[in-house]
Amino acid sequence: MAGTLLVRGMLVGVVAGLLCFAFLKGVGEPQVDRAIAFETKLDAAKAQAAAQALIAKGLPAPKEEPEPELVSRRVQAGIGLFTAVIVYNIAFGGLFGLAFALAYGRMGAFDPRTTAALLAVLGLVAVYIVPNLKYPANPPSVGDPATIGMRTALYFSMIALSLAAMIAAGMLRLRLLARHGPWNALLIAAGAYLIAVVVVGLMLPPVNEVPPEFPAVVLWRFRMASLGAQVIMWMCFGLLFGVLTERAAAASRSASPALHAKRRAF
Amino acid sequence: MTVTPFAPTTRPPVIPVREALPWVVLGGLVLLLALYFIGAEQGATSLFPGMYIHEFVHDGRHLLGFPCH
Repeated sequence: MAGTLLVRGMLVGVVAGLLCFAFLKGVGEPQVDRAIAFETKLDAAKAQAAAQALIAKGLPAPKEEPEPELVSRRVQAGIGLFTAVIVYNIAFGGLFGLAFALAYGRMGAFDPRTTAALLAVLGLVAVYIVPNLKYPANPPSVGDPATIGMRTALYFSMIALSLAAMIAAGMLRLRLLARHGPWNALLIAAGAYLIAVVVVGLMLPPVNEVPPEFPAVVLWRFRMASLGAQVIMWMCFGLLFGVLTERAAAASRSASPALHAKRRAF
Repeated sequence: MTVTPFAPTTRPPVIPVREALPWVVLGGLVLLLALYFIGAEQGATSLFPGMYIHEFVHDGRHLLGFPCH
């Protein structure tokens, strides 16, 4: 059954990936192009200033050597973006299916549809929103190549810690249910998650590498596009995966004698 | 509201952890590896030499929130 859920998650990921790609192609790519134009302008200004400094000293100006383009912008913004987004969505869809297999029936007496919706909201918060409040998505030309190793390690650590805190908070809620009731158990668990991620966020070092001249509007729109794609992806998981699982459960219910519907229920 | 007369409260059973575990471990590893190639290969660390993968998924990497460059 976990295998069925894994495959279903990956299939929902295909649908989510197509929607995300369409969204990012239309809303995200213009911001990437603007950021690259900014980078090109900045680099050209730097090169010119360096050349003029040399000429002022009486030295010959260095010859411009255009950087070899490994992958064209057209490929990056087309099939490259498509591949990245589809693989990302399928991978997260599969992971969502596996998380559902473990979470279903253990979060409370929720039906498959509700479980999927709750899981998707919690996933969006733990895996994207909270880590991105600390280390937001950045367009090209923001970010020092020399610090990529450190930034990647910090970003992945933030995701792992936020997700671990979310799972721990969920388990804490279950433990508190009997003594404190559903409302207070939820509030305490949510508070514990919030405190945990705030402490982690304050302890991890900041990364601020946006060039001072970078246009604020492009940065904002880029980050909103990034967030939009995540909302689309997790919404597909929460709604589509839930409905498909609910349907499969209903079909197996009506197919087998009612009270013996034990196996193959998804 | 529709009512299923013979099984009004039947819900799919909870999947035992030991039944789900092999899927979670194996599937999880493969899917995380796929995410690694989209998100970090030839950036922070490289399993393959060169920059082709990095450049190919470049826009996606930025827009999906991974650190890049």
